[in-house]
Amino acid sequence: MEQITQFYAIYGSLINFIGINALLALSLNVTLAAGMLSMGNAAFAGLGGYTAGILTVHFKVPFIVALGGGALMAGIVAVVLGLPVLRLKGVFLAIATLAFGEVVRIAAVNLTVTGGAEGLTGIPNVTKPWMIFLTLGLAAYFLAVLRRSQLGWGLVSIRDDETAAACMGIPITYYKLLAFTIGAMMAGLAGAMYAHLSYLITPRDFGFFIAVDLLIYNIVGGTRVWYGPVMGAALLTALPEILRGIGVAAGPIRMGVNGLILLLVILFLPNGLASLMIRLRPTAQAPEASDHTV
Amino acid sequence: MNLLAQQLVNGLFIGSVYGLFAVGYTLVFGVLDILNLAHAAVFTLGGLSALWLAQTFGLSIWLAFPAATVLAGLLGLLLNAVAFAPLRQRADSHFSGLISSIAMAIVFEAMALGLFGARSVRFPVGTVKVHIWHIGQSVTITSLQVSIVAVVALLMVVLTLFLKRSRTGKAIRAVAENDRAAMLLGIDVRGIIAFTFFISSALGGAAGILYGLYFDSLAPDMGRSIELKGLAVIILGGMGSIPGAILGGLAFGLSEVLTVAVTGTSNLRDAVAFMVLFAILLLRPSGLLGRARMREA
Amino acid sequence: MLEVAGLTVSYGPIEAVREIAFTVKEGTVVSLVGPNGAGKTTTLNAISGITAASRGRIFFQGRDITRMRSHQRVAVGIVQIPEGRLMLAGMTVRENLELGGYRRPAGEIAASIALMESRFPILAERRNALAGGLSGGEQQMLAIARGLMAKPKLLLLDEPSLGLAPLVVKLIFEIIGELQTAGQTILLVEQNARQAMAVSSWAYVMENGKIVLHGEARQLMSDPAVINSYLGQSISNTS
Repeated sequence: MEQITQFYAIYGSLINFIGINALLALSLNVTLAAGMLSMGNAAFAGLGGYTAGILTVHFKVPFIVALGGGALMAGIVAVVLGLPVLRLKGVFLAIATLAFGEVVRIAAVNLTVTGGAEGLTGIPNVTKPWMIFLTLGLAAYFLAVLRRSQLGWGLVSIRDDETAAACMGIPITYYKLLAFTIGAMMAGLAGAMYAHLSYLITPRDFGFFIAVDLLIYNIVGGTRVWYGPVMGAALLTALPEILRGIGVAAGPIRMGVNGLILLLVILFLPNGLASLMIRLRPTAQAPEASDHTV
Repeated sequence: MNLLAQQLVNGLFIGSVYGLFAVGYTLVFGVLDILNLAHAAVFTLGGLSALWLAQTFGLSIWLAFPAATVLAGLLGLLLNAVAFAPLRQRADSHFSGLISSIAMAIVFEAMALGLFGARSVRFPVGTVKVHIWHIGQSVTITSLQVSIVAVVALLMVVLTLFLKRSRTGKAIRAVAENDRAAMLLGIDVRGIIAFTFFISSALGGAAGILYGLYFDSLAPDMGRSIELKGLAVIILGGMGSIPGAILGGLAFGLSEVLTVAVTGTSNLRDAVAFMVLFAILLLRPSGLLGRARMREA
Repeated sequence: MLEVAGLTVSYGPIEAVREIAFTVKEGTVVSLVGPNGAGKTTTLNAISGITAASRGRIFFQGRDITRMRSHQRVAVGIVQIPEGRLMLAGMTVRENLELGGYRRPAGEIAASIALMESRFPILAERRNALAGGLSGGEQQMLAIARGLMAKPKLLLLDEPSLGLAPLVVKLIFEIIGELQTAGQTILLVEQNARQAMAVSSWAYVMENGKIVLHGEARQLMSDPAVINSYLGQSISNTS
């Protein structure tokens, strides 16, 4: 027991951040499941984080209301944003959502209610590890069930061939918007918990490079199964600690290792690290063909 | 009014650098339909290697500039060989290429960080002799600014003529049109793609050098600020369109300085640009000069 | 001139062409006929190098070209005019022709273009039009002219009459006849078997990826058994 306490004292914040990042990675996985390359989930997390933080700091609402408010705000914005942008495909959707993310970031820098460039401070640290991992567990369960649900099959058909899916009577716009919004709310919730974990939230916490990181978690872990993004987020969030453990200081080498891992995975493991797990389990189904990674 | 005039002039200069950066970006997209997100990292390494050549070997900028441009082009060849060529047969090469270019961007940035350190650096004093001209009461133009625009204009004229007239330029366009048809015409498609990467990255590197000279500052993360702007510029101009990228770059540069001039603060500088980008994607996704069909990719 | 031995081409687990062997002699027109999906186009693509051979060998003028890349095959004289024409739609007619001569010395291009323009006057008329704006028949003319710009030793013609109006089809076969008279070696793939055989000296019949029959074109055409079992549909469709 004492060892566990000690372990948590050292690695507690790392473990919490793994949980948050895994949740963010899963939120992106929902949209990737429909073949939508959205780079907006970091911004949705920011929206959720700022909304929840403002609710707590300025309006003194209970934590659970703040969390709900954060997720709701992200969801509402996702619907408003999604209606026009989800018509775009491939990299064009990615660029549009990146532009949205930049607008959110710039708004956070310039508004007073968000605390400007220094960020919103004085947020109480009330997020408990069990909350993060309970949410993560529910999100993972949702994704595992989603794969086998009607919505899940619909999303996969949209990913594989949108025209064919439309011919099969799948309500494309509705399904895409639904996936986009669910992903955004998940991200908003993660952002709200993040804000109440680190005492403050700043515009830098949800910029372009965070959006790219979420994508990297998914690719490195694998997008086809729920534990792929979780594995990717866990490995890459813990990597700095691991590298520190074997004596690699921060800086170029750590960054280079990050890049190389991503490169090796995309070149040699197109379905991510999760495909290794599938190979290791003889009873499981064979890994799917590598034709569509998204 | 004079302040505004000065701002417009400045916008023109920085806009031409954005344009040069975006031309390389859009060239690869036009040929391969793939977004090369490592372009900004090549931009950074181009600028830093010019500095390195000037500092270590005492080269004049007139030698360091072309040499570093060629080095950046070689990085483009490496990029193609490692991150794009191996994925070309894959059905999802658009997506996987995007990811592997992100991976190479990280590796390149780590290289820049390892080789040049994290702090911002500048060209040795006297690398470029600067004359200052005053026009009217308060508009000033430096010889450096004029050289930058002249270099960009020269490169663009040469590139346009090359693509329009030369045998290899036509082959590049043929590959962009239809790679299978190009193969049947006897064009070495793999070679042409590699060469396109060379040109694209050389132009990106050249933009990095000019950017470093203009702001008198170079840093391993300087590509980050231009990465998104470059995307905005090529969307604005139309993906794959070279004149579009130049016009988009100028428009973006002007919009930045005008936003600063109108709002009186630099905080909203990028916001206007990204809202415009957003609007263009929704209203006229083919951009100002692009072709609509690419949008479906 | 061309010798194919034991050629197999597979797409993943599916063998589109299985163990076929045939030859094309210099100066002759040889047709490859058969129903849709028989593997005719795949065979041509393997000869031009667009598709890789899984097994077997391809010899051209006595030289093993099985592993040669497609642009080098154009350089040695194998030119394919593909099904669907594959225009460079955003480039002009003249640029398409110029690129047809990509592997030839720059000095010879202008004269060759002039020759093509006199042979296909429509191409001279539309010289500066974008290839994508041409009609189907005009595009097929351009595709043939562009292929001839490379001065092919062996011309691979894939479905040149597909989707064209009867008058244009007639014109296309007239051109093939002219080329034959001029001694051009051609391997012709056509669903329009009757007209293909009429301009050919030798023919191979493909079915399910295999060559099931071959012989002198004239003889195959006059054999009712052959027509009934292999060519019935395509002959009756076009007569």
